[in-house]
Amino acid sequence: MSRPARRADAEWELRLYVAGQTPRSLTAIENLRQICEEHLKGRYHVQVIDLLVHPRLSREDQIVAIPTLVRKLPTPMRRIIGDLSDTERTLVGLQLRPRKPAGAPP
Amino acid sequence: MTSARKPRRPRALAKCPSGIKGLDQITHGGLPRGRPTLVCGGPGAGKTLLGLEFIVRGATEHDEPGVIIAFEERAADLAANCASLGFDLDRLVAERKLVIDEILISRADILETGEYDLEGLFIRLGSAIDQVGAKRVLLDTLDSLFATLEDTGLLRAELRRLFGWLKGRGVTTVVTGEKGEGGALTRNSLEEYISDCVIVLDQRVSDQVATRRLRVVKYRGSLHGTNEYPFLIQSTGLVVLPITEISLDYPALVGRVPTGIRKLDEMFAGRGVFRGATVMVSGVVGSGKTTIAARFLEAACARGESCIFFAFEQSPAQIVRNMRSVGIRLDKWVKAGRLVFQAARPATFGLETHISLMVAALDAHRPHAVAIDPISAFEPSLGQPDARDMVMRLVDVLKSRGITALFTGIAQAGDGETTGFGLSSLIDTWVLVRNLEQGGERTRSIEVLKSRGQKHSNQVREFLITDRGLDLQDIYMGPEGLLVGSARAAQAVRDRAAGAALEASIAEERAALRRKRRSLQAREAELEAEFAEESRAMHRRIEEQRVALSASASGRAKIAEGRGLRTEPAAPRRDGRTS
Repeated sequence: MSRPARRADAEWELRLYVAGQTPRSLTAIENLRQICEEHLKGRYHVQVIDLLVHPRLSREDQIVAIPTLVRKLPTPMRRIIGDLSDTERTLVGLQLRPRKPAGAPP
Repeated sequence: MTSARKPRRPRALAKCPSGIKGLDQITHGGLPRGRPTLVCGGPGAGKTLLGLEFIVRGATEHDEPGVIIAFEERAADLAANCASLGFDLDRLVAERKLVIDEILISRADILETGEYDLEGLFIRLGSAIDQVGAKRVLLDTLDSLFATLEDTGLLRAELRRLFGWLKGRGVTTVVTGEKGEGGALTRNSLEEYISDCVIVLDQRVSDQVATRRLRVVKYRGSLHGTNEYPFLIQSTGLVVLPITEISLDYPALVGRVPTGIRKLDEMFAGRGVFRGATVMVSGVVGSGKTTIAARFLEAACARGESCIFFAFEQSPAQIVRNMRSVGIRLDKWVKAGRLVFQAARPATFGLETHISLMVAALDAHRPHAVAIDPISAFEPSLGQPDARDMVMRLVDVLKSRGITALFTGIAQAGDGETTGFGLSSLIDTWVLVRNLEQGGERTRSIEVLKSRGQKHSNQVREFLITDRGLDLQDIYMGPEGLLVGSARAAQAVRDRAAGAALEASIAEERAALRRKRRSLQAREAELEAEFAEESRAMHRRIEEQRVALSASASGRAKIAEGRGLRTEPAAPRRDGRTS
């Protein structure tokens, strides 16, 4: 079981912003799916927003880079840019930690 | 009329008028249309303001909607900051002439986890442009992206793509950038991507006066003014103050302009100074220069001409009040709108800014005559060659528009003739007013030192300021020299007395002559009468003798007859008979 996030067990609300069906977008989607399945199974909700279809939605979450992953819940909001290939950084960014042996520093 | 066929010139670069006063002049039309312009400068230099004004004027004056992407300030702050300039951003947004998008990202909430690009930025920009059909875009400031994103290589590549994309969309873009260290244009070398047009804003403090300057460093494909131009941020926006580059070939006007003081005009062969001339009235304090300047403008206003009085020492209210006491009514012309005052302390701005403001006033009011009182207020800076150049440009502007200008200059006692404040070569007509102290009182004298192109009197005349205006009087040359004031009056009285005495003696001699003639005539008559008398007497005697002679002859003849003697034939008688 993954260690829960700082707040109490809340639904994870994630948004992935992409721009069309580029290889990078697809990579990001795939990477995200893997991470979520591994660390947040059963308690996450992902929205993939294609800005080419809904450009105005970029304003709400201040999207500049593509792809960007935004963690809406739990708060505080976190933004991670890139195709999420660097899993370690992604997890740090999401404030998740991979399961570590007890006693080891988080 | 035949004219040679001009060679066809290539079509000039399309320009986008910025609407910023003065900037469109320097750039000969505005910013390059459809291309990006980089505006760089230090903090507080005015970059954002320039960009904002470009967008706002485009939307309000040129029917070109705009997009502002703010990387540093919130939209609300932007709107508040430029509300004081009269730019109502909220209203423009409501009228769908403007879209403001904030892109506020801090390093803290960005984590780079793999490959990415900045397509989001493009999408947002594109969406904003499409929303209102924008033709102008402001990106303020791209430095924020450099501060936030670690991968500068990617950032640079994306920026290159961005500007290509913007060109493709056909929008005219202004990008602001922070000034770089050590002479670099920008901190992040933005000039590498934006090389069509680069404008640098600068703020320098010298002698405690801050002057803002603008310089068009680069403008590909167009002529532009390359100098630094002072600019101000006024209540209506930026005002760039270009001194128009004028060559020295303005026409020489031949009309004359009266000075308003009739006897002074007489010193210029009766007609006054040339129209478009630069006239300097110099003298020590209190010698009446401001009064002469005021009178000059009053006379011009009365002729129907419009005037500007540039005051650097006294407030307009003070000048109007002082002039009223000598019978010069300036308030009337101010009310009528023919006379405009522009007053400022020399220390408020640098000399260039002052000159630029004066030129701006010339543009706004189009006067025929101006007074600048006193030009010597800028004396500390006039010693420097740059400052003299500035005044020279002002004089060029005045002459090219045929504006007659009267400068006043305060001289120290004793060097009224020698000091030109460094401007003597620019002055066409020079009038010197002096205070004279003589016989325990002060009066004033006025003389014309030079007047190019016209004959002028070389007399020194007394200059009077009375409550009915200004007047000139001839100065008396007494036995000891120049006399003015009451000494002159006294001498005048003496001279009049002497004159009267002389006349009296002349009259007397005339009378004596008449008497002599009369007596001579009388004597003549007497002598003639005497002569007539004597000649009558003489005639009588002659007649008597003749009678006696004839009587004696006839007596002798009778006696002889009586004696019966034949006498020798008598002498033939006078009557021709023989006995």
